[in-house]
Amino acid sequence: MFPPGNFCRGFVKKFWVLSFRLIVMHELSLAQSMVSELVSYIEKNNVKKVHQVTIVIGKLSGAEKEPFEFAFPIAAEGTLLETAELVVEIQKVVILCNECRSETTLDMPLMKCPSCSSRSVKIIKGKEFIIKSMEIE
Amino acid sequence: MCKDCGCQEGNEKKFFGHDRDIHNHDNHHHDHSHEHGHFHDGHWHSHDSDHEHNHPEGHHQHDHSHDNHIHGDSKTVMMEKNILAKNDEYAHQNKHWLKDRGIVAVNIISSPGSGKTTLLEKTLDALKDKINCSVIVGDQSTDNDAKRLMGKCDCVYQIETKSSCHLDAKQISEILPQVVNDNTKLLFIENVGNLICPAAFELGEDFKIVLLSSTEGEDKPVKYPVIFSDASVAIITKTDLIPHLDWDIKKCRNYIRQVNPGMYIFELSSKTGEGMNSWLEYLAKLVE
Repeated sequence: MFPPGNFCRGFVKKFWVLSFRLIVMHELSLAQSMVSELVSYIEKNNVKKVHQVTIVIGKLSGAEKEPFEFAFPIAAEGTLLETAELVVEIQKVVILCNECRSETTLDMPLMKCPSCSSRSVKIIKGKEFIIKSMEIE
Repeated sequence: MCKDCGCQEGNEKKFFGHDRDIHNHDNHHHDHSHEHGHFHDGHWHSHDSDHEHNHPEGHHQHDHSHDNHIHGDSKTVMMEKNILAKNDEYAHQNKHWLKDRGIVAVNIISSPGSGKTTLLEKTLDALKDKINCSVIVGDQSTDNDAKRLMGKCDCVYQIETKSSCHLDAKQISEILPQVVNDNTKLLFIENVGNLICPAAFELGEDFKIVLLSSTEGEDKPVKYPVIFSDASVAIITKTDLIPHLDWDIKKCRNYIRQVNPGMYIFELSSKTGEGMNSWLEYLAKLVE
């Protein structure tokens, strides 16, 4: 026999919460680093309220947008950032060809110049993981 | 996401717990609170009380714009600050500390089970009485790896990361003076088995080495491009198993080159010793 509906729903909910906690473990530590950077700025500059924080996540930074957005409020709890809106901008990978000097924005991080097929390329964008700006009072 | 930590991937529906208010999205639920109100196209829109509303299109889709908020005396400050600035500071200090003592440090990263510890066992055995080595091992729990490596080099130090999925530079800085001595030339840092998180955290190493075993997919380099583009050396391990597997080493090499054309690739079997010599010669040259 299947357990009653409520029991099932409770179990499924607990399972997903647990799974997601594991998934965001990495992003949570990244979010905590960000919060501690911002809190030291807030304290130094006597900020009263933070409305919005804009960050840039590069495709090759090792961080992911969605879990970071989930982790941010957890890391921000108890700080002025608690009520701030988080805006995440994604930076695609941009390579510079050492042969023909052309710049290309890539969807996949395949290090090959589409113009001249050279593999001698340098990543010039896509590794960013930065706090871009903050809207404060 | 920590796909290598044993986490789920490709979940189409996710449920996130919520303390204050619940937003139901078609794709997922998540929690955030709006304790401040906004002006949206001329009307005040308050998010103060507990409420529930539906969003038709997944994440953070509102039927109103957030472009024209009026927030009293607010101003936008440009930060341009690295989120991992603190970790980077520690990493920078570690790097200089090691450089001053003439120690080469390598950060070894792979999925769990690729053969990091076995490779280290065989490497340390071969380098004994030739190069003074020390090892820092990171695992979420247990000191099993440290026990395996004990007695094979000057010092082995196990870091149990508990809830964290990677080693960070602060952990390394705290134990460096205990781990190396005046004769140490080579420091191996065996990171937590994970291809994602350790890639984001510099430890102060000279370079990263990524391992990929023949029991994993050939396309792992393109699936996990961050670490493969960041590391300088790739080691394909367990090559003795290749004849028994439907696994194409050429394909694997090509995938590595696609992500990192200049990557130095070793192919070896720690078990049979095949290919170990060029790896050991490489290490000897590093500390010359």
